[in-house]
Amino acid sequence: MSDPIGSGVTEGQAGRNLPPLRLHVPEPPARPGESADFTHFDIPAADAAPRPDETAQPGDMRDLAYGLVRVLDEDGAAVGAWNPKLPPETHLRMLRYMALTRAFDARMFRAQRQGKTSFYMKSTGEEAVSIGAALALARDDMCFPSYRQQGILLARDWPLVDMMNQIYSNTGDRLKGRQLPIMYSAREAGFFSISGNLTTQYPQAVGWAMASAARGDTRIAATWCGEGSTAEGDFHSACTFASVYRAPVIMNVVNNQWAISSFSGFAGAEATTFAARAVGYGIAGLRVDGNDILAVYAATRWAADRARANGGPTLIEHFTYRVEGHSTSDDPTAYRSAEESSLWPLGDPIARLKAHCITLGIWDEDRHAAMDKELAELVRDAAREAEKNGILGHGLHHPMESMFEDVFEEMPWHLKEQQQQMLDEWKAAGL
Amino acid sequence: MSMTDTLIETPADVQQMNMIQAINSAMDVMMDRDPTVVVMGEDVGFFGGVFRATAGLQAKHGKNRVFDTPITECGIIGVAVGMGAYGLRPVPEIQFADYIYPALDQLVSEAARLRYRSAGEFIAPMTVRSPFGGGIFGGQTHSQSPEGIFTHCSGIKTVIPSTPYDAKGLLIAAIEDNDPTIFFEPKRIYNGPFDGHYDTPAKSWAGHADAQVPAGYYRIPLGKARIAREGQALTILCYGTMVHVVENTVAAHGVDAEIIDLRSLVPLDIDTIEESVRKTGRCLIVHEATRTSGFGAELLAQVQERCFYHLEAPIERVTGFDTPYPHSLEWAYFPGPVRIREAINKIMKD
Ligand SMILES: Cc1ncc(C[n+]2csc(CCOP(=O)(O)OP(=O)(O)O)c2C)c(N)n1
Ligand SMILES: [Mg+2]
Repeated sequence: MSDPIGSGVTEGQAGRNLPPLRLHVPEPPARPGESADFTHFDIPAADAAPRPDETAQPGDMRDLAYGLVRVLDEDGAAVGAWNPKLPPETHLRMLRYMALTRAFDARMFRAQRQGKTSFYMKSTGEEAVSIGAALALARDDMCFPSYRQQGILLARDWPLVDMMNQIYSNTGDRLKGRQLPIMYSAREAGFFSISGNLTTQYPQAVGWAMASAARGDTRIAATWCGEGSTAEGDFHSACTFASVYRAPVIMNVVNNQWAISSFSGFAGAEATTFAARAVGYGIAGLRVDGNDILAVYAATRWAADRARANGGPTLIEHFTYRVEGHSTSDDPTAYRSAEESSLWPLGDPIARLKAHCITLGIWDEDRHAAMDKELAELVRDAAREAEKNGILGHGLHHPMESMFEDVFEEMPWHLKEQQQQMLDEWKAAGL
Repeated sequence: MSMTDTLIETPADVQQMNMIQAINSAMDVMMDRDPTVVVMGEDVGFFGGVFRATAGLQAKHGKNRVFDTPITECGIIGVAVGMGAYGLRPVPEIQFADYIYPALDQLVSEAARLRYRSAGEFIAPMTVRSPFGGGIFGGQTHSQSPEGIFTHCSGIKTVIPSTPYDAKGLLIAAIEDNDPTIFFEPKRIYNGPFDGHYDTPAKSWAGHADAQVPAGYYRIPLGKARIAREGQALTILCYGTMVHVVENTVAAHGVDAEIIDLRSLVPLDIDTIEESVRKTGRCLIVHEATRTSGFGAELLAQVQERCFYHLEAPIERVTGFDTPYPHSLEWAYFPGPVRIREAINKIMKD
């Protein structure tokens, strides 16, 4: 059919012998049983990325969204413009907090396997992302994390027993047993209540930052989500608001390359980087070696200084690798090559900082082994302490009637009625 | 319509299936029969879904028809609307019902109204599968029962199976249906019926009559309830997991209840309900979802409007409390045998 009204609309395709269209469905480089291959991943030299001034225009620093900010080179030396040149004791603090995070994860994962709680999620291999950021931010900057940034709480010296009480949902749980394990909330630690619904924290962080700016405060906000979660609409709403209001916020994308069983290609990684999302929004974007804690620290510091100087938001992609399963509920060997984690070319964040500290002459293998032992004992003792307050499903929990508290500030009649009904019924049943 | 409405085209071999296998089989059968059926969602492709409901489908039907999606529920449903406009019959999965909210605009404003606003020019023949309900210590974001949100908006059907046999037949009917359908799968009974006693060992579907599932095609019409137990003393309206909890509580109690498994909330089999309540004169409604504006309120209104002069006692509701689903107090929250028994006693008092 030709175009009857001459509007310039294309004619129908029928009979024009065009090639058939094809749907592209991404496929990860390696599946179970196949050998992993990271040769396509071109690692820029550790000193390659230039460090612009904190006041740089986003348009003048676009390359940083496609490169890789690094500090630690292959020999364990700190090099390049991003080297934060931290004092020795800061290196050792970083090392200790990362090792503590790993020890904590190991203990709590085991507790779940022993039936002491319902669920757990490790952050193995990603410890630098949380610890590096937490140490670069001020203690009163506000964090809106996802479920894999337990390191922030640990780096802010939040009590281990308190975290474990939450995991066990016991009588000591400040969240009254209401939340799934690891969905912490710690206002005093500047740690926002974690949601199970992905990426909801992103616009919330922007809102907090806008409020801080509107009130002439000096505190900034930071938020984290996984690379898979950048697909959610909330991510994009957050970027728009952050850009429009130049909100003092740091938006972190933890690209650990997997979202449960879906590789990062399903979030758009075949086409571009996650840091490059910033380019379209006119936001400063940095792509960082997420297993290099000095680089994470330096990038976060840069973004924080920028935000404090009213330079607006920064989107930081932390390129890392999810070494373990998504959670206690899955087995990654069902969907990815078992070799992948050992072949990931950016290594392990703890091993890399440890090597650097040894190079600096401030650390050695024996001290490292002693630290690991001490931390294992520390978390073991904390777990024993927390278990005195109960473990999930074994009677020790907040009173049943507490279920009705905090739905509203003041309990309306219908909740009071339901509360009473529950108590009466359980009493009548002799429970 | 009667219970023999179930259409079995070929009396193919019957197999023992749990609910996940039955759901998987429904999609498989429909993909064999209808080249326009496509399955998509987070982790449904290679991995076969976090509950394994789509296991093997990608290997068999190919990546063009079974694929993983980006993590954006609004995107998944929006894309399904577009695919439906093209002429496909999408079966999107939302990984947990608790994560359906980002998709609400595409479901409520778009899919549900497309037929109406285009006067039938465009339709959204999608079936949105999603595990729902509690009982697995999933905390507030893996336990919710949001069916009332969907029954409240016009233009969308809401279907909830309670057995493997029903799950397959209803899912096939939903996929064949030209209107958008929410298909909520009670995840607590994926692997076995649940009697409400969380502290006794979990049962499997093995040996259960309703786990005998034909391997081939059959469908159970949407809008036709199932009488799970015939009785004279009172009518109990329920669906999903609660059917099993009610059956078990009734058996332990000894009351001669008629238990109606609604199977589909919209459209609702009002005839079966009305007939039963007129016969028994008493009615109890049980659902796991929160109480205020829950589907039970609609059922209560319908029964009151239609059967008022037959009622010998006030209608009772046993529901989830009007709080978020708590993690550690899950079993105090869950409307289990204690509360159902109390309600039965109250209704039967005089
Ligand atoms: C809105 C919403 N949709 C789906 C889920 C289920 N879910 C939980 S974690 C996850 C994968 C997230 O992957 P990513 O963002 O990469 O973070 P990672 O787990 O790798 O840290 C999914 C799909 C959810 N929690 N919330
Ligand atoms: Mg990820």
